[in-house]
Amino acid sequence: MSKRQHISAVVNGDPVEFLSAPGTTLLDALRDELGLTGSKEGCGSGDCGACSVILDGRLVCSCLVLAVEAEGRRVETIEGLADGGTLHPLQQKFLEHAALQCGFCTPGILVAAKALLDANPDPTESEARYWLAGNLCRCTGYDKIIRAVMDAAAELRQVRV
Amino acid sequence: MSQVDFIAPDSAEKASQALLATGARPLSGGTDLLVQLRAGRLPPGMIVDLKRIPGAIGIRQEGGGFIIGAATPGVALSEHRVLSLAWPGVVEAVNLIGSTQIQGRASMAGNLCNASPAADSVPALVAARATCLIVGAGGRRMAPVESIAVGPGRTSLALGEFVLEIHLPARPARSGDAYLRFIPRTEMDIAVVGAAVNLTLDDAGVVSDAYVALGAVAPTVLLVPEAAAALIGSRLDEAALDRLDAAARAACHPISDKRGTIEFRTKIAGVLARRAAVIAHGRAENRT
Repeated sequence: MSKRQHISAVVNGDPVEFLSAPGTTLLDALRDELGLTGSKEGCGSGDCGACSVILDGRLVCSCLVLAVEAEGRRVETIEGLADGGTLHPLQQKFLEHAALQCGFCTPGILVAAKALLDANPDPTESEARYWLAGNLCRCTGYDKIIRAVMDAAAELRQVRV
Repeated sequence: MSQVDFIAPDSAEKASQALLATGARPLSGGTDLLVQLRAGRLPPGMIVDLKRIPGAIGIRQEGGGFIIGAATPGVALSEHRVLSLAWPGVVEAVNLIGSTQIQGRASMAGNLCNASPAADSVPALVAARATCLIVGAGGRRMAPVESIAVGPGRTSLALGEFVLEIHLPARPARSGDAYLRFIPRTEMDIAVVGAAVNLTLDDAGVVSDAYVALGAVAPTVLLVPEAAAALIGSRLDEAALDRLDAAARAACHPISDKRGTIEFRTKIAGVLARRAAVIAHGRAENRT
């Protein structure tokens, strides 16, 4: 077993430090070292998107990032989405539209949807579907998810005006 | 992946030194490497992260062309407006790879050095006459992208060598490129066949230069000069497209697998080459 390395990063705006073996994924470090268990492991191979996080402003699968790569980087996870006790509009709309059943894919989809709306506040439905093509959901059939994302986008645009 | 080691050197020379170790592997976006390590398809060893090397991430314009750092993620290419206008075929090929999440990490150099015959960006790079800067223990050298892969998963890179940059050349006015692939769905799949065409028109609208490359129809991506010759001197009329179609099919020597049979891949290579040529032609006409 290789020696654990000391990692300093910023997670959801807070400086964090942890030890990580070189082969540990960012996903495992978030869950096991930092206790941030919102990000899920669905496939472990970058196919399902359940582990989606934003790394230095880029949407990535945290199962395909080594924790040691996060040295000095900014990581945003699902735990940083709500503002204290106030849900993010995406989270609120997912509840209103019942855009989840088992919920396992939901954190990854919310993080991916946030990255979409950060990059493109007024996506077409087609753009939203393509953007979220890397997030698999085996319960909902996606329709309610897309409706919730489009509704949240509309609300966020109102807030901006 | 408990047995791997990791370093992130801050210079290309240090990276090359580290890559001399047995089983050492360069890491850019990791979307192939980490999956292969985890699945046990690669033996564990030293992972050498290239992303802290100056120039490994980023796109710069030089001498009318572009220099793209090896670890530049796909999404950075589509965000680069000048590059997207100059080389739309290359950028669309890169952006076909995987999901938004994969685009946040996956690099062209990684796609090239993973040496899959079905790599989406490689036919577009080959047709673009891209070259790469290779760093190794013996120094630096330039090589055409089509010289990197020598078979599925195998490259011509020597021990300690890695690709640091991909260079796209300056291009004449009235040039256009395009990449198309066939997959049985609309997103998130591996190419059954890929075809890239890069062409230039003269003032009279005649094709003065052309390059055609095919993916997933041979052990490596193919540059097909006979297919290009079918276009040069033409105005892309039906007869020229028929000759292109036939030359593309003649160059194929694919395998049959779960994604497609030999017959299907061969037929589709001709169809995609035709369609890509028409798109590239349209782009060339609009780019003065």
